[in-house]
Amino acid sequence: MHPAPSLIAFTVLSGLGMGMIAWVGLGLGDWDHTFGWIAGILSLMVGGIGGVASVGHLARPDRAWRAFTQWRSSWLSREACLMVTAKVTFTLYLGFWLLLGIELKLLGWIAAALAMATVYATAMIYAQLRTVPMWSGTPTPFMFMVLSLTGGLLATGAIKGLVGLETPVLYSLAWLVVAAGTVIWWTQQAAGAGRSLDGSTMETATGLGNIGRVKMLEGPHTGSNYLLSEMAFEVGRARAFQLRKIGAFAGFVLPLVLTLLALGVGGWAMLIALLCHIGGMMALRWLFFAEARHVQALYYGMR
Amino acid sequence: MTTLPERTEKKLGLVIDLDICVGCHACAVNCKEWNTGGYGAALSDQDPYGSDPTGTWLNRIHTYEVQPHQGEAQIVHFPKSCLHCEDAPCVTVCPTGASYKRVEDGIVLVNEDHCMGCGLCAWACPYGARELDAAAGVMKKCTLCVDRIYNENIPEEDRVPACVKSCPAGARHFGDLSDADSEVSQLVSERGGLDLMPEQNTKPVNKYLPPKPKDTPVPNLNLAKLAEPEAKGFLGWLDRALEKI
Repeated sequence: MHPAPSLIAFTVLSGLGMGMIAWVGLGLGDWDHTFGWIAGILSLMVGGIGGVASVGHLARPDRAWRAFTQWRSSWLSREACLMVTAKVTFTLYLGFWLLLGIELKLLGWIAAALAMATVYATAMIYAQLRTVPMWSGTPTPFMFMVLSLTGGLLATGAIKGLVGLETPVLYSLAWLVVAAGTVIWWTQQAAGAGRSLDGSTMETATGLGNIGRVKMLEGPHTGSNYLLSEMAFEVGRARAFQLRKIGAFAGFVLPLVLTLLALGVGGWAMLIALLCHIGGMMALRWLFFAEARHVQALYYGMR
Repeated sequence: MTTLPERTEKKLGLVIDLDICVGCHACAVNCKEWNTGGYGAALSDQDPYGSDPTGTWLNRIHTYEVQPHQGEAQIVHFPKSCLHCEDAPCVTVCPTGASYKRVEDGIVLVNEDHCMGCGLCAWACPYGARELDAAAGVMKKCTLCVDRIYNENIPEEDRVPACVKSCPAGARHFGDLSDADSEVSQLVSERGGLDLMPEQNTKPVNKYLPPKPKDTPVPNLNLAKLAEPEAKGFLGWLDRALEKI
């Protein structure tokens, strides 16, 4: 599938923002106002940038508001509705806490739950597509939620370190290990999915399997088309191995080391850990799209 | 709402005879011609006279070579357009309500005034039947020529989809597949009409009639041998004599 920069930015940054909202919303005893202001505003901003990036993917962004109408049937619409609901609830929670001094824990938990529901809906946009077995036949929603919480924890941890609070170093280390394990699990499942998880082949695609083995003799056109550029993306797959190494190293190994360092040198090291993690996630998300194979390409002879 | 109707009153669709199609692309060309001036936004082309032309088409003709276990390979021309599925995944994923399936005849359409061009319906379609128009920024797909089949301003014999009307070989048939007595349903039951990618559970309305089995076996020809001239008489004697040396 075509790895559109707008979609990579949207899924990574919206996920990060929602992860931050989830941790701040959960509270966990951090009622420091400086932390509240910085973490609250940053999480809304990062999530907001992600949302804006998703609008950048649209050919007719002026009609984006219509995406709030079909929540009964469409995961993309549910995602849009949940994202706004989560942010509004979280803003209310922040307002009561930071402006009025009222700590509405329950409202924070609702905001956290809505934030996770948003990430689940984001993942379901991809995981619902039977046409892309690498997304639908793998634990995609689970991976998106774990990565969102990992990023959120690193970000809130870094902010805590910077404002002089105790950073949750051991906690972050544990989450990083869980996240790395989840990514490995997902990648293994995805490697086996290919294009034929439901048994789709060129033979079932053409209905000609009863006669024999099918291969494409002539394409319908000499040039490219929307279908090929969007759903038969092949560019850069040769560099997948290197990118996966970068993703693993920047996304997990470096943050692990830097988070450990934070024990000695202070919480600011987690800020670098966070930036590395975001870079690594971008690389992995690029692969998430670029490596996914669509069954439609079977009609073009790509097995 | 982009939910699918429980059932549709009719199931209008196409039956495509792979035994007859000669791969002339006339249906695709006529489809483009009719639909670029008909319903909705035009089917645009990008760089049409340049080195890398691309464009929006609602019907594309693939050509496959099918190799049986034994014997010669077979060439099959394969037109592909929207199958107007009963369980159309492109409809339910639509976030704006632009994609819908009509209750009265089962045609899957896009309301181009509501489409925001996110492209998710094209991702949800296993058949590659939807293309986002690069100029208009809205999703284009086969309308089953909804602006022809009910059009009382054109002669009655022309009230069929443009691809059906233009096929010079008679490989394309249009009708109501929910009516067991219709010509298209009869063809499907006689010839064993097939669903494409049945494992995707989309329940396509359009059916494909598989190529008929060969009634006479194709002889195993050695083409290289045919290219050699057969020498007779004195030259033939000389040829055989020289071969022995």
